[in-house]
Amino acid sequence: MRKLASILGLAAAIGGGASAEAQEKLKVGLLLTLSGPSAVLGQQARDGFQLAVKDLGGKLGGRDVEVIVVDDELKPDVAITKVKGLLERDRVDFVVGPIFSNVAVAVHKPIVDSKTFFISPNAGPSNLAGKACNPYFYAVSYQNDQNHEVMGKVAQNRGYKNVYLLAPNYQAGKDSLAGFKRHFTGNVVEESYVPLNTLDFQSELAKIASMNPDAIFTFMPGGMGVNLVKQYRAAGLADRIPFLSAFTVDESTLPAQQDAAIGMFGGSNWAPNLDTPENKRFVAAYEQAYNAVPGSYSMHGYDAALLIDSAVKATGGKTDNKDALGAALRKADFKSLRGDFKFGTNGFPIQDFYAVKAAKRPDGKFQTEIVEKVFDNSTDAYAKECAATN
Amino acid sequence: MADTLDAPISAAVRPKPVLRAHLLPLGLFLAFALVPLVAHYGGEGYVLSIITRVMILGLAALSLDLILGFGALVSFGHAAFLGLGAYAVGILMAHGVEEAGPQLAVAVGGSALFALVTGAISLRTKGVYFIMITLAFGQMLYFLATSLSAYGGDDGLTLPTKSLVFGSDLLERGLVFYYLVLGCLVASYALCRSIVASRFGRVLRGTRENPVRMQAMGFDPLHYQLGAYVIAGALCGLAGFLLANQTEFVSPAYMTWQRSGELIVMVVLGGLGTLHGAIIGAAAFLILEELLSGVTEHWKMIFGPMLVLVVLFARGGILGLARGRSRD
Amino acid sequence: MTTTLLFVQTLNGLQFGLILFLIAAGLTLVFGVMDFVNLAHGVQYMVGAYFAAAFTAYTGSFLYGLLLALPATLAFGLLLEVLVFRHLYDRDHLDQVLATFGIILFLNQGVKFVWGAAPLFVPVPDALSGSIQIMPGLLYPVYRLAIIGAGLGVAALLYVLVNHTRVGMLVRAGATNAPMVSALGVDIRRLFMVVFGFGAMLAGFAGGMVAPILSVEPGMGDNLLILAFVVIVIGGIGSIRGAFIAALLIGLVDTLGRGFAPALLRVVLDPGDASQTGRAVAPMLIYILMAAVLFFRPSGLFPVKR
Repeated sequence: MRKLASILGLAAAIGGGASAEAQEKLKVGLLLTLSGPSAVLGQQARDGFQLAVKDLGGKLGGRDVEVIVVDDELKPDVAITKVKGLLERDRVDFVVGPIFSNVAVAVHKPIVDSKTFFISPNAGPSNLAGKACNPYFYAVSYQNDQNHEVMGKVAQNRGYKNVYLLAPNYQAGKDSLAGFKRHFTGNVVEESYVPLNTLDFQSELAKIASMNPDAIFTFMPGGMGVNLVKQYRAAGLADRIPFLSAFTVDESTLPAQQDAAIGMFGGSNWAPNLDTPENKRFVAAYEQAYNAVPGSYSMHGYDAALLIDSAVKATGGKTDNKDALGAALRKADFKSLRGDFKFGTNGFPIQDFYAVKAAKRPDGKFQTEIVEKVFDNSTDAYAKECAATN
Repeated sequence: MADTLDAPISAAVRPKPVLRAHLLPLGLFLAFALVPLVAHYGGEGYVLSIITRVMILGLAALSLDLILGFGALVSFGHAAFLGLGAYAVGILMAHGVEEAGPQLAVAVGGSALFALVTGAISLRTKGVYFIMITLAFGQMLYFLATSLSAYGGDDGLTLPTKSLVFGSDLLERGLVFYYLVLGCLVASYALCRSIVASRFGRVLRGTRENPVRMQAMGFDPLHYQLGAYVIAGALCGLAGFLLANQTEFVSPAYMTWQRSGELIVMVVLGGLGTLHGAIIGAAAFLILEELLSGVTEHWKMIFGPMLVLVVLFARGGILGLARGRSRD
Repeated sequence: MTTTLLFVQTLNGLQFGLILFLIAAGLTLVFGVMDFVNLAHGVQYMVGAYFAAAFTAYTGSFLYGLLLALPATLAFGLLLEVLVFRHLYDRDHLDQVLATFGIILFLNQGVKFVWGAAPLFVPVPDALSGSIQIMPGLLYPVYRLAIIGAGLGVAALLYVLVNHTRVGMLVRAGATNAPMVSALGVDIRRLFMVVFGFGAMLAGFAGGMVAPILSVEPGMGDNLLILAFVVIVIGGIGSIRGAFIAALLIGLVDTLGRGFAPALLRVVLDPGDASQTGRAVAPMLIYILMAAVLFFRPSGLFPVKR
């Protein structure tokens, strides 16, 4: 009992100390997955955000900033507790996160109910873009379907007749294949779902080899993607059947896939070799600071900080007038690393999308590189369902 | 296998003076009751939500302790009931039933029914085989939940509101919900305490110590074990109902085998076979998690060895540690 | 087409089953001989994969990497035994569960602390890369055949060790009645150490072998641990033969179930329902199998007589 009391006392001390400073420092809570097998994605977003804060001289919108990083452990109920901590103990002005859509769906309600601005550096679930859109929620990334749509469009443009689809058996996997089919009108020879956390794709590869499609499209995030790519290459399929993917071959998995992934395609809104001066500076600085090639998660983290910076600057450093701050966020008056960027009515970006390809750089590191622009100033499919007025 | 589980348990439940035995749990509940008074110093909603979570998972751990500590039935699928209770709320909500009454009935009744069916099968086995068969049923339910695409599948499902009480949104008020959870915890504790002290409880403990003798005395051990299993399942279903309402979110993540493992860890950490030990274990587990994760990203490298040290140097968990020190 | 597919799927099931066997063999011995519930067995598999990856990167050769990883996992297993496990042999199962759970938390985070959160890269060795044609129009990776070969080799070696050596005899005797073995003047502590270290090395070997085809990442052992427990429970605790048969059974049921459950259900359901139900049922199959086995044989298929 005494222990409980002392813990509460400690919590009180933290809370009390923090609220005294609240007038001075701008507070941003980062809610990211930092443990478990997917931790690398959260680290990239965090590092990108913190790099931006450093580049802006430790200030956002002219105010000193305090960044509070918490780990959602990829458990929705844990994330809700952590978010309550950010909102009510730390009284943050912005919540930036999360990586995964199931966490985003879970924490959306408590954050927007408290009228705190919620900025996603990755997750873009369809209901938050459509019916459940909210003036307090912004995604600097994409709607989840969009990278898959890019690949569908590419398959269509290249005139593939027969495509084999492969995804994990969960909601994002199903959404992924639905997104692919939105722009692809050819024949789907098989729509195959494997259990989440599948280690071994040999049985799928056997089926692919026997069906011999014109291309495969897959969505295999994280470790699953590493396994699939290595095994696809080892089975000798990589040179025979083009490999189209989303969130499968990117800078978070390339260090483990290396040569096995070269020549495989992905859909993205950005790549490290995108030729803008801001982006070149960012990639160089990121590699210098963290000794890794940044992925789109890092880029979104960086852009999230730039977005907050632009909005707080526009309100003259004030965060108490929520309407003014919301209007400033909506303007997205900052120079995104990906070039053209603005928000649609639902708080999701209107932006370009590219087909990218994994490649080895002269210095021996691996990255994705832009092959072609597929969509120009593209809006997501759910924006029209959004009824948000401002 | 099962007989190796017994020795320390009997040490933990040896009789103590009545008043002292009740002092610690009473103090614990009093502390819970007083938390809201000091909570506003540390971000009220945050402290309340942590302690609410402690009490809900404490209730789940308490229900596990009833079969684990007193029946030596190590269930490795206990989180399934947490999920069942939560999904009862989520699915009924999705069909427009927003009243707490019917939701609670389905949550508790459904959990009891699931416990009855799976318990009747699982109790044919003993020891580690029982552990694994309960895991099997838990996993089946988990995979079922992930395939329910109408209810969010793997992503889970957000509740439109907390459950209504006769049409009023009383539970939306943080304090009301807090004390409701505390009430459920205290009532469940009292229920478990009286079960343990009753003839039923004595037979249950007897079946743990020596099932053959109990059978010779005319008790069928299976009936008593199954009865305890059903009660534990129903109480954990209640915890699931509360968890869904606290987070306003339902997800298959509530019933992973890792969560079942954490419940076992909470019970053993607090002190097996003491009932209030389970609640203390849940509190220690969750509050340490919260505090340590604030200190460093690598908090599990501190938390893990702490668990090892508790086992090595504190027989009987935290309660055992406290008892050991007071004796010195 | 279906027969070749069935053939390939069977090979895949066999390969998965053999990897499971390498992990389950150590687990069932530690459990059977020492009556010790070692949840940390899965992280030893992970540690083996990380050692293999690190040594491969250091030496530039997967073969040397794997060979160095073996003594390293052995030493690591013995270190854990001396520091923690030996103090827990006379404790009840739940204390062991709590302590080894703590070790899982520590090591899953520990590898991230040392090697970073991103998965590590291990190349398929050149000599074993590429595929061979086992049937017209059907290629099978050489490395996978190598895994099958290595798994069968280790199984044979274990059979000889357990059935035809003195240590093996003691291990078998220990699985049946450890106190009696001790009373006969055998240094049971040393026997335990040998069994434990050997089990850890087998798991580490499995981790090293799969490193080129699977992602080497924190927590990679957690799900395999559960599968390994399923295997030893179906096989009967303490029985190497049971573990071998159950591992192959699980490997085949899981692989074939995933491949063919939707197709089989199509016979009774319409295609949409079949693929939906098949997807839900396939991951449950091994648990249904385990529940069924335990329903009819409450001590597994090959219970060790006591």
